[in-house]
Amino acid sequence: MRQSRAIDVSTGLFVLLGFAAIMFLVTQITNREYSWRDASYRLNAQFENVGGLKPGAPVSMAGVTIGRVESIGYDMNLFKAVVTLRIDARYDQIPNDSDAAIYTAGLLGGQYVGLTPGNSEEAYHDGDSIEFVQDAIVLENLISKYLFSQAGKDKESAPAAQE
Amino acid sequence: MSGVVADIVERVRTLLERAGAMTRFFGQVLWHTPATLLRFRLVVEQVYNTGALSLVIIMTCGLFVGMVLGLQGHDLLERFGSEDALGTGAALSLLKELGPVVTALLFAGRAGTALASELGLMRATDQLSAMEIMAVDPMRRVVVPRFLGGVIAMPLLTAIFISVALYGVQLIGVQLLGVDQGQFWSQMRGAVELGDVTEGLIKGLAFGVACSLIAVFEGYHAAPTAEGVGRATTRTVVVSAVATLVLDYILTALML
Repeated sequence: MRQSRAIDVSTGLFVLLGFAAIMFLVTQITNREYSWRDASYRLNAQFENVGGLKPGAPVSMAGVTIGRVESIGYDMNLFKAVVTLRIDARYDQIPNDSDAAIYTAGLLGGQYVGLTPGNSEEAYHDGDSIEFVQDAIVLENLISKYLFSQAGKDKESAPAAQE
Repeated sequence: MSGVVADIVERVRTLLERAGAMTRFFGQVLWHTPATLLRFRLVVEQVYNTGALSLVIIMTCGLFVGMVLGLQGHDLLERFGSEDALGTGAALSLLKELGPVVTALLFAGRAGTALASELGLMRATDQLSAMEIMAVDPMRRVVVPRFLGGVIAMPLLTAIFISVALYGVQLIGVQLLGVDQGQFWSQMRGAVELGDVTEGLIKGLAFGVACSLIAVFEGYHAAPTAEGVGRATTRTVVVSAVATLVLDYILTALML
């Protein structure tokens, strides 16, 4: 009898340790700030180009994460990318003329959506669309713009040199 | 020439036969599971045998796997100047692959062999037949509790392994090599999602089912000789290791 008690105790300890480890993994090393079930509201934004933005990317205001990108779709009528943002319900006083832009975190970091507050007295509500947007910067476009502007300069300066 | 072909055909046939027998055995085990759950004491004893007794080796190996991961990860990431990502890399690789797989291999080596040789010896010394004569179903009394004990113990062992390994990574990365403690944890928390933890635990559970099933199958069907018991034990480890790695690929492909 005594031996079976000892087995029970060590089994109990083992199971307890196992569940403690699971709890540690769930609470200590995961990002539990924004679970989808928390109170939140949705905003839409239409972009010409979202670059490398992915669902789950942070939405930030002044560097503070206030929500996540829920989904990215393509609107066949507008020919634009439609990004749905899920904003934490704590941040419900965002002026409704605030603008959204797609930024890149660091040189090689992931892309995120940044909101800059406007001056309106009215706040955004669930389902509103963000009117003022700034697209993701695509490196190839920048380079080609630069090259074309350089080529243009060369043509202008070439006749000048002949004269 | 035809001898070689016949040999190959024979081997493939044995392999298929074993696979079929194991599937049938799995069905039998599942069929007897509800009855065994009513006598939960037997299962608790086996959780002790497979789980609590494997704890020391799991924790020791976890610590060393984590420490090696800390050293190697730091060395690699330092080349790109991003040592701060050590926590993220270590946590994700441990949760998704290393944790469940290494735990399963250790489990097969520690608990699987113990189960197989115990059952094989019971078979060799006619204990299983004696039970049948006494109208005690050896499936219910011996096989299923051992199987269930392994299935319960494996996810818990996986979680313990991963936690201890993360402590090892932290020990080397933060304490010894000077990665910033705050960056280490905050980057990890930023990148690891609940789904990653679930993935690790699901893999642990799946490997637990596979390894326990293989161990009790090989033990139960061992040839009733000293050699047969030895062969069953060896085969348990080999088949468990292969099954774990194949299953790991399938599960990863499914959950990616």
